[in-house]
Amino acid sequence: MSENTTTRDAQPAPADAEPAQTADAAALRALIDQALAERDAQGINKRNKITIVAWDGHLDRIWPSLILSTTAAASGMEVSVFFTFWGLFPLVKPERRRKTGRDWMTKALGQMNPGSTAKAKLSRYNFAGMGPWMLGKMAEDYKTPHPTELLELARDMGVHLIPCQMTMDLMGIGREDLIEGLQEPIGAATALLEMKESAIQLFI
Amino acid sequence: MDVITATVDARGQSCPGPLVSLHRALKDALRGDLLELLATDPGSRSDVPSWSRLSGNDLVETSEDAGVYRYVIRKA
Repeated sequence: MSENTTTRDAQPAPADAEPAQTADAAALRALIDQALAERDAQGINKRNKITIVAWDGHLDRIWPSLILSTTAAASGMEVSVFFTFWGLFPLVKPERRRKTGRDWMTKALGQMNPGSTAKAKLSRYNFAGMGPWMLGKMAEDYKTPHPTELLELARDMGVHLIPCQMTMDLMGIGREDLIEGLQEPIGAATALLEMKESAIQLFI
Repeated sequence: MDVITATVDARGQSCPGPLVSLHRALKDALRGDLLELLATDPGSRSDVPSWSRLSGNDLVETSEDAGVYRYVIRKA
């Protein structure tokens, strides 16, 4: 650094002005690097990231998951949402809903789970679809985006929407059954890795 | 210097609408630009300061006039 570089009061003198200080600074730097490496090795170096495990496919669970995801993305956080078990069904394409499954058991599961965010049921007060309709109406009046809109928004904002490979296999759901723009399906270990490096992990 | 470069009109929108709109507008802004966010969502009173802490963008001004909240944000 040259003499005329603007320095703040709190900053030390330029490094090349004092050889002894350079040595001290280097030692300090090495110490910091070592501490950081140790912290990394312990796996406690959290990133500005949130990972949500979306386990439940009900409208009133998938909705807050997507609100949090889009808000986190809007706040500059990295976001991963891992869709597993019943949580995978909202990702089924509208035209493939109730048609998933490879044998009678998985087909029955596909029949029982409405599929897509547009048709997701409420976990309570469903009243044969009256509940979701009313909630949708209320949300529309209050200009809260519907999960279908939020899912699209999340994708556009770079939220990683990750299907669970095991659930896909178990429930006979193929890539062709799911909406476009998802990440490659992953397993539990990769999901754990996502959670481990995240400052926030949620199971919804 | 203190000229608002863009106004984000999120009046009538509710969570997470205003923040998503703001985020989009910030993408087109330059570092140091001042953006104005207008919102009617009462939740924005706590959410905009929280978003500012999360995203690192400075919230430089907050005011309210007849149910419309106005926030001025400086892009970090």
